[in-house]
Amino acid sequence: MGVDAIRAAFEDGAAFIPYLAAGDPGGDLSNSTPESAMAATADYVSALVDAGADVVELGLPFSEPIADGPTIQSATVRALQAGMTPPRYLELVESLDVDVPIVAMTYYNPIYRYGERDGVGPFVEAAAAAGVDGLIIPDLPVEESAPLERACREHDVALIFIAAPTTREDRLRAIMQRGTGYLYVQARLGTTGASRSVSDQTKHTLDRIAAYEASERHARLPKAVGFGISTGEQAATVVGAGADGVIVGSALVDIVAEGEDVVASLEELGRELKAGARAGFDRRTQ
Amino acid sequence: MSGGQYGRFGGQYVPEALMPAIDELTDAYQRYVLENEAGFMDDLAERLETFGGRPTPLQYADQLSDRYDIDVYLKREDLLHGGAHKLNNALGQVLLARYMGKERIIAETGAGQHGTATTMACAHLGMPCEVYMGRRDVNRQRPNVFRMRLNGASVTPVDIGRGTLKEAISETMRDWAGSVETTHYVIGSVVGPHPYPDLVREFQSVIGSEARDQCLEKLGELPDAVVACAGGGSNAMGTYDAFLEDESVDLYAVEAGGDSLEIDREAGVAPNSATLSTGTEGVLHGSRTKVLQDDDGQIMESHSVSSGLDYAGVGPELAHLAEEGRLAATPVDDEAALAAFHRLSQLEGIIPALETAHAFGFLEERGDDLGDTAVITVSGRGDKDLESVIEESFKRDLPEAPDLSLFTTDQGGR
Repeated sequence: MGVDAIRAAFEDGAAFIPYLAAGDPGGDLSNSTPESAMAATADYVSALVDAGADVVELGLPFSEPIADGPTIQSATVRALQAGMTPPRYLELVESLDVDVPIVAMTYYNPIYRYGERDGVGPFVEAAAAAGVDGLIIPDLPVEESAPLERACREHDVALIFIAAPTTREDRLRAIMQRGTGYLYVQARLGTTGASRSVSDQTKHTLDRIAAYEASERHARLPKAVGFGISTGEQAATVVGAGADGVIVGSALVDIVAEGEDVVASLEELGRELKAGARAGFDRRTQ
Repeated sequence: MSGGQYGRFGGQYVPEALMPAIDELTDAYQRYVLENEAGFMDDLAERLETFGGRPTPLQYADQLSDRYDIDVYLKREDLLHGGAHKLNNALGQVLLARYMGKERIIAETGAGQHGTATTMACAHLGMPCEVYMGRRDVNRQRPNVFRMRLNGASVTPVDIGRGTLKEAISETMRDWAGSVETTHYVIGSVVGPHPYPDLVREFQSVIGSEARDQCLEKLGELPDAVVACAGGGSNAMGTYDAFLEDESVDLYAVEAGGDSLEIDREAGVAPNSATLSTGTEGVLHGSRTKVLQDDDGQIMESHSVSSGLDYAGVGPELAHLAEEGRLAATPVDDEAALAAFHRLSQLEGIIPALETAHAFGFLEERGDDLGDTAVITVSGRGDKDLESVIEESFKRDLPEAPDLSLFTTDQGGR
């Protein structure tokens, strides 16, 4: 597993990457225990992998999720109330019985504070041992990432950076050179959350990255687009526009929040999204 | 490594989408503020004088000097337009945004003082403005909500969490993540990613540089002690900056001790906002600093009777200066601050903001060992706090409070 496993997950050219908030018990908190919330997440992950997920992003909740919109903020609050902690998160990852790479998405402070001493080393070491293959830290730009890069390299964990619509060439260069695993392409400005249409910004951003890659032969990373994708048709559009994969979070978190037939509904939407990504790939390569 | 390091503290922990705007702001700060390009700083100084009322006086406090047997001087930022030091920074940043060609202003506010100052500056400079404010603070600070609305700004309540300053900052950052190309975020304190702590300190440093000159002029010497209250720390940093190299001057940061310094880690609640005194190192709202957090790195809900100090973080430069021993941080609890509020009102005829009252609570506790001369920054006036002070004084049966029972509508009902 580790960095190579993540790269391998993009082999079919149309990766489907679901996101869930770990330990989110959904709408009804009254009967949930930390154990039941963790077991529910494990079931949801299995359902998404059955539906064709190639990588799974699992959110480790942080009390100040500044990059997240209302849907994932609410999931974060539910998960924290249900008792999710960094040690339980790693237990949950360790208990997963799936053969796709797991990427942990969280903010800098929880991983900085993990363990007996300050610094990111203890978290990365424990995460790698538990089966985490990559990290996404939305509040960590390349300016501050050197310590985490070192720890990730040491433990064969991918460090996945985000490229935004506002990211210009000089910053893109640093991100492409320092990131591993894949590049998280932010589809539009704003916070995470489902939206009705995939913006023109996405196409422009993908084109700019493609132009950059053409000029720098060594700087290739798979490109996964996230922020606002919620349907198979949107997945097809994004992959058709040049993405190697789609990341879908809020639309899936909504299903967990509603709490009705969660496993079946996740599987159904998961199949639609994977099929959409494939259709987009076929469209592009025909 | 990014710029903006104060020892181990500072940095730029923000989403990539915001980094280009942060870089643009860093460049504008360098050119307009530090190098006075296009006469920016002259323009700002002129506006601070004619619109803001600068310079503010340094006043000798007769009664307090008698009471503590030292010479107490008050740096009267409560006399600045808007009733608090906040305009120094708000006017500076809104003007800077205009020089940068931004079209819209967003801001967070806790007590409403920064929000009010920002909306006044926006009206003055013709910029549209949206202010985010925690729901709980909206309810605690109604007069300031009205003032912001009267200045033509929209005020958006934030319902997440406990509905105080921490949540308001997070929500303003989310707005910015979507509007960054046209919008400037006016942060109200010396917090956030670089260059904000530098930028805000630079705009607020007018407090200390005036006070230092006024001391030399009036006393012929520097004071022994300089005292300011600190939440995020903008009036404190602005007051200290000119005195940092003066080793004979002791600097005191008075924090909100709230109900208690004991922390309930299980419930994730710190019943105080004494971040320098009790916090641990972490990363919050864009910088590495001292924060109130639990063992898992989750930020705790803070508490103070004063909304403006009610924050789980503190400016990174203050964290550094405290660690270096250049300043001493001391908590003053809710009750002592309320008592000081009444004392200053009765002894000096100055009704201070509840934030400011903490600095005078410190004077009551430590007035006898501050040397011969002390300068205290009166960071703001207390009109906005009258409702909560009456309520809290009644509830606590404070001996320092005047008898207000005639005027309360539900006597004893609280």
